[in-house]
Amino acid sequence: MTLMVLLGIGVLLVLMVAEMPLYGDVTAPAHQGVMQKYLRDSARDTGAINTIAAIIIDYRAYDTLGEATVLFVAVIAVTAAFYGGYEHE
Amino acid sequence: MNDMILEMLSRILIPATQLFGAYILFHGHLSPGGGFSGGTIIGASFILYSLVYRFTAQKHRLKHETSLWLEVGGVLVYVMAGLVGIVFGRHFLTNQGVFPTGEPGRLWSSGMILLVTLGIGAKVAGTVLKLFQELLEGGAEPDGHH
Repeated sequence: MTLMVLLGIGVLLVLMVAEMPLYGDVTAPAHQGVMQKYLRDSARDTGAINTIAAIIIDYRAYDTLGEATVLFVAVIAVTAAFYGGYEHE
Repeated sequence: MNDMILEMLSRILIPATQLFGAYILFHGHLSPGGGFSGGTIIGASFILYSLVYRFTAQKHRLKHETSLWLEVGGVLVYVMAGLVGIVFGRHFLTNQGVFPTGEPGRLWSSGMILLVTLGIGAKVAGTVLKLFQELLEGGAEPDGHH
């Protein structure tokens, strides 16, 4: 029974993959929305000709701030793991 | 014991690495690269420096405080650049209309992006160096005990 259900899910997933647009297809629905705006307006909006820099530091700067904070927290955690706990010895 | 070949090589390699890292940082808005990659390259040059000189010179030149201040300063630059937008009555981390974006394609353009890239670069270089120092001298007290 379990095997049948898993096989059914597997067949469904394979069918869904067959329905997906080709890799790099410019007519794919995922490439019709915000990507067009980024490519068209990024140089005018931000003054940066590197569109990736325009996206990660201007359009999605808040996301990158969180990314930098993840690194910060990692360093704080490593430092705390090495320095902490001596008063209990 | 100091290795002469390593020292001579590092005298060429370390400035070249740092120059390349600075190039990646300052051209983050013009060419592939940016804060994370440039900062990692500069941090790698710091690690090479501490490895070649066997951490003796590191005590004077690359202290733990240095990496900590790079780390904290990078995040502070980022947040301050974001707060400038609020001061001018815009959203947090606004670039257009707050910072001078300049002419696209020039080195001094894109306003906040260049500033934030430099901040991220300092921050990532500090992260790499700080993790290296902590993992290497793990558990050592700042004053040398334990």
